[in-house]
Amino acid sequence: MNNLVRFFLIIVVVSGILLGTISHLNTSQGYSGNNTLTVYNWGDYIDVELIKRFEKETDIKVIYETFDSNEAMMTKIQQGGTSYDVAVPSEYTIDKMRQDDLLIPLDHSKLPNLKNIDQRFMDLPFDPDNKYSVPYFWGTVGVVYNPSKINGKKITSWNDLWDPAFKNEILLIDGAREVMGMGLNSLGYSLNDTNKKHLQEAKTKLDKLTPNVKAIVGDEIKMLMANEEASIGLVWSGDASEIMSENEDLDYVVPKEGSNLWFDNMVIPKTAKNVDGAHKFINFMLDPEVAAQNTDYVGYSTPNKAALKYLPKEVVEDERFYPSPELTEKLEVYENLGKRNLAYYNELFLQFKMHRK
Amino acid sequence: MGRVLAMENKLTRHLYSIPYFLWMLLFVVAPIVLVVYYSLFDIEGNFSFVNYQKFFTPVYLQMTLSSFWYAFLITAISLLVAYPTALLLTKTKHKQLWLLLIIVPSWINLLLKAYAFLGIFGTYGAANSFLKIIGIGSKQILFTDFSFVFVSVYIFIPFMILPIFNALNELNPTLLDAASDLGASRWVTFRRVIFPLTLDGVKSGCQVVFIPALSLFMLTRLIAGNRVITLGTSIEQHFLVTQDWGMGSTIAVFLIIAMVLIMILTNTRKRGV
Repeated sequence: MNNLVRFFLIIVVVSGILLGTISHLNTSQGYSGNNTLTVYNWGDYIDVELIKRFEKETDIKVIYETFDSNEAMMTKIQQGGTSYDVAVPSEYTIDKMRQDDLLIPLDHSKLPNLKNIDQRFMDLPFDPDNKYSVPYFWGTVGVVYNPSKINGKKITSWNDLWDPAFKNEILLIDGAREVMGMGLNSLGYSLNDTNKKHLQEAKTKLDKLTPNVKAIVGDEIKMLMANEEASIGLVWSGDASEIMSENEDLDYVVPKEGSNLWFDNMVIPKTAKNVDGAHKFINFMLDPEVAAQNTDYVGYSTPNKAALKYLPKEVVEDERFYPSPELTEKLEVYENLGKRNLAYYNELFLQFKMHRK
Repeated sequence: MGRVLAMENKLTRHLYSIPYFLWMLLFVVAPIVLVVYYSLFDIEGNFSFVNYQKFFTPVYLQMTLSSFWYAFLITAISLLVAYPTALLLTKTKHKQLWLLLIIVPSWINLLLKAYAFLGIFGTYGAANSFLKIIGIGSKQILFTDFSFVFVSVYIFIPFMILPIFNALNELNPTLLDAASDLGASRWVTFRRVIFPLTLDGVKSGCQVVFIPALSLFMLTRLIAGNRVITLGTSIEQHFLVTQDWGMGSTIAVFLIIAMVLIMILTNTRKRGV
């Protein structure tokens, strides 16, 4: 009994010392209540140097957390456990978050750098007048492939992926809308189609792709593609540019039938405790030079027009990542289809995953 | 005086049981009640049994069957490897040391281990280089049923070895002597003496492996590339992606029922005690 009490006391004392040390370290580094800012962003989606620069310039300490899907992020914000000050959802999620009253309206007077954003990317249907959001990056969904490994075949259309020559050579990103979208696009339907017959058709078509699909994976797709685990991958454009900087043999194409055009946007969620700091952070990220440095690091396309002149010409003129107006016409932004339709997309996607070779 | 002491004893006993009951209430009973409650609502939050209807459609039944099949496979292979290993361990000189070496990998985070296997099993990974050297040639290992079962067995095996090892270790050696004195061959001794006496260890090992194996989800994506879909994968998807908490909870309800059934089935012997 005495031993037990002693053991218990030792644990309490050790935990106490650890707690004291942590809080001491935090205060000495400036992490205390008022001057911290919790940023909730996609994994590997910011140049870490910029966070340090922001901390230096404003004396605000940044706590940086990451998520890997819009839905996971929204669930965490809904539950409200952590006081996220800035989050970076995609466009259709902003629509949902707005409806669920999870966002704080932006104070444009605190965001003078907003003028740097290309007018093309302002005032979009998912957020009229940019009341709640500021575009952070944009891009497309497309195919990254290894030209030397597909026997001189060209990939220009979604339907090229169904070629039996690509048996077991395709990696898909684990996203219901991306994969179902590929099926819909290849049939000439809209990415926002909610007609059950069309969706069934797309799923049946995807089932036929199964022999070519090696795996359906998450963020690991970047590593797997760069390591030449497969020769074709369905990815977001930014992932493609990252993969291509790791392995220069690879190329990226947006299929001619069209594809998805997406925006990730900075917002201030309802969980925010440091709304003022959040505005400062957003404004900082909109600075042309900062945006250029961030773009250079992340590799996605920046909506910041003023930043383009700080970027190398071959980047800005690369039509794979800054597509021509003709192709842009064919790109579609995801609409928020509502829970029920989204569930149907996911149901079909699950069935596609279960379809065995 | 005696009565006062007895009362005090009773009081302290009640005091000591408070943490246990609080724990059970907050972390076992309440979550189960919540899961059952959520399972009764459809995706738009209306009260209905639609989720239960959906569970009995071919998609989910097939998923349930394949989950059970993989969990069974993982448990069976773990047992096949673990029993001889445990038997061997009890016969070694420094058995605690060898046991520790087997347990150490289970201290490493599951995700880290899974990522390591991504590298080892990849097209240009160590496993394929080895296959090339011995003349078999490069094979697809990653994203197959084989890699999924292999990695799962690797992860679960310490939990199977441990209870079996303990059971074997507690075995009274004089019983073995008695068996051989009575003319039993080594095989008969194993079959009639050793195995029955360690059956409880085997049972608890199987429980500890089978039940979590039934709801594996990270490995299905990382190692099996979503070519294996288990109930666990589906629960994760319903909670995080579809946000259909009702359906996710319904699957969880069936998993809980399955687990309770397994516990009852594997514990039949202890009931008399």
